[in-house]
Amino acid sequence: MTHITTPNGVSASDVPMVFADRVSKSFGTNQVLKSISLTVNRGEVMCLVGPSGSGKSTFLRCINHLEVLSAGRLSVDGELIGYREANGKLHELHPREAARQRRGIGMVFQLFNLFPHMTALENVAEAPCRVKGLPKAQVEQQARDLLARVGLADRADYYPAHLSGGQQQRVAIARALAMEPKLMLFDEPTSALDPELVGEVLEVMKGLAKSGMTMIVVTHEMGFAREVADSLVFMDGGVVVESGDPREVLSSPQHERTQAFLSKVL
Amino acid sequence: MTVQDRKSPAAGATPPSGETAGTGQPNDTTEPAPIKAVRLRHPWRTVLAVALILAFALFVIDASRRPAYDWPSVGKYIFDRRISEAAAVTLQLMIYSMAIAVVLGVILAVMRLTPNPVVKSLAWFYIWVFRGTPVYVQLVFWGLFSTIYQTIDIGIPFMDPWISFENNAAQNYFMLACIGLGLNEASYMSEIVRAGLLSVNRGQAEAATALGMSWSQTMRRIILPQSMRVIIPPTGNEVISMLKTTSLVIAVPYSFDLYTRSRDISSEIFNPIPMLIVASIWYLFFTSILMVGQYFLERRFARGVGDRRPDRKVAVEPGSPPVIAGQGGGQ
Repeated sequence: MTHITTPNGVSASDVPMVFADRVSKSFGTNQVLKSISLTVNRGEVMCLVGPSGSGKSTFLRCINHLEVLSAGRLSVDGELIGYREANGKLHELHPREAARQRRGIGMVFQLFNLFPHMTALENVAEAPCRVKGLPKAQVEQQARDLLARVGLADRADYYPAHLSGGQQQRVAIARALAMEPKLMLFDEPTSALDPELVGEVLEVMKGLAKSGMTMIVVTHEMGFAREVADSLVFMDGGVVVESGDPREVLSSPQHERTQAFLSKVL
Repeated sequence: MTVQDRKSPAAGATPPSGETAGTGQPNDTTEPAPIKAVRLRHPWRTVLAVALILAFALFVIDASRRPAYDWPSVGKYIFDRRISEAAAVTLQLMIYSMAIAVVLGVILAVMRLTPNPVVKSLAWFYIWVFRGTPVYVQLVFWGLFSTIYQTIDIGIPFMDPWISFENNAAQNYFMLACIGLGLNEASYMSEIVRAGLLSVNRGQAEAATALGMSWSQTMRRIILPQSMRVIIPPTGNEVISMLKTTSLVIAVPYSFDLYTRSRDISSEIFNPIPMLIVASIWYLFFTSILMVGQYFLERRFARGVGDRRPDRKVAVEPGSPPVIAGQGGGQ
């Protein structure tokens, strides 16, 4: 094998967590992502910002193969996502393999997408129990610990419908963490929340960032980006317009499109 | 006291926000008396209700005296051995054919949602045929099954068979009735199941996929349980409908069901009316039981929706601050 696609072949610290090489994505004739290249290092928190329709969410969904790339390569932890490369050819992965790749990548959705027919505890315990096949008692203890970690120990037996939006999103974060991911993707995690509930979710995310988790956050919370992120990427029209240190980009944006966007948001 | 008085700072030395303000003052916080208004009368409602009750009472009294209903015969045959056995047969027909219908219906619904165009068209074709022809006609067809397929051959198609045996299974009219009713019902059930599957938000499947769950795990654990809430009410309808459709199995011809049996007895006693009442009472009895069952099923699958809260008493108020262990708070 001539290509460096196996995680075993390369020492872990050398390989970036996410490596996107000219990633493109089209829906029919509509090209949503135009040759996005970026690198997210281990332990880095990257914020993706930009106007709606700029392709931020689509890019995020490409990372765990919820969307299939049209062109380019994307690898997580040195492993090509969605494909296997052999003898210069790409082979589609079996769904089983794609599912295995997704296990290492946690995702938090804008609309939470909690399973409404399960309690908070069952939501968190479902995947470790079914996917990893761990013993029930162990999974339940782990799930309770995770709920405690997001400040919801006393809400374990509540159904999502009986939790506030902020609480639901915290359960969703705990659910993603239950699979012990090496990378967490947040797709506008606070956009569907009442303003007064945004803080509690951001607080959990801050704690997660401090604990060293690699995170990619699509967000409109510039305060969070300034305070927590290690890097900020501004996207517009499917391309990366500007990227760099969040404090620098936010205070003195170089590109006029970034300036125009930030003047409306800040 | 006028509004202006209240607003004016000169009205009193006490601040307007004071909770200890005297009684009768603008900021009085004592409980107001509950409203006791004279109720609005609806005379026409009463008139209509009385008229309906009178008409119904008239019908009942008349029916109880009318000789054609032959109530003594109703009483005599309602618990007749032949009738109760036929009722049991009808129940069995309903259970077996619905079992076939539900299993096949789920399979057809999933087939219609697969990306494979051949599988999809096959399911569509099945539904087109079985929903598009009368169940009575289908039952007659099943009765002629052994005429159409006289032998069952095993071997290479269009060559002399290796083994060939008489199609004896097709002489079992009870089985044919179950199959006939079940295959017809499956086409309706598949549409109900499909509607249920489509009713589940796409984000649910996405969340499950993102967690690394397989397609079948996502279906079994996430999508199907949620679609049940949509599937159960129309399915209850179908079960009740099936119970009554069993009265058509004479088309097969199978003659041990409730309706055909009561027709047989009515030709013995030369009066069809009391036996129709007997059969109707049994059908009503079964549908009533089914409705109770449906109520409990619906409650089971309503978990997570509606107002039911967990039984656990909760000491801490909602909105307790989130804490990441070992981080000492982010502030």
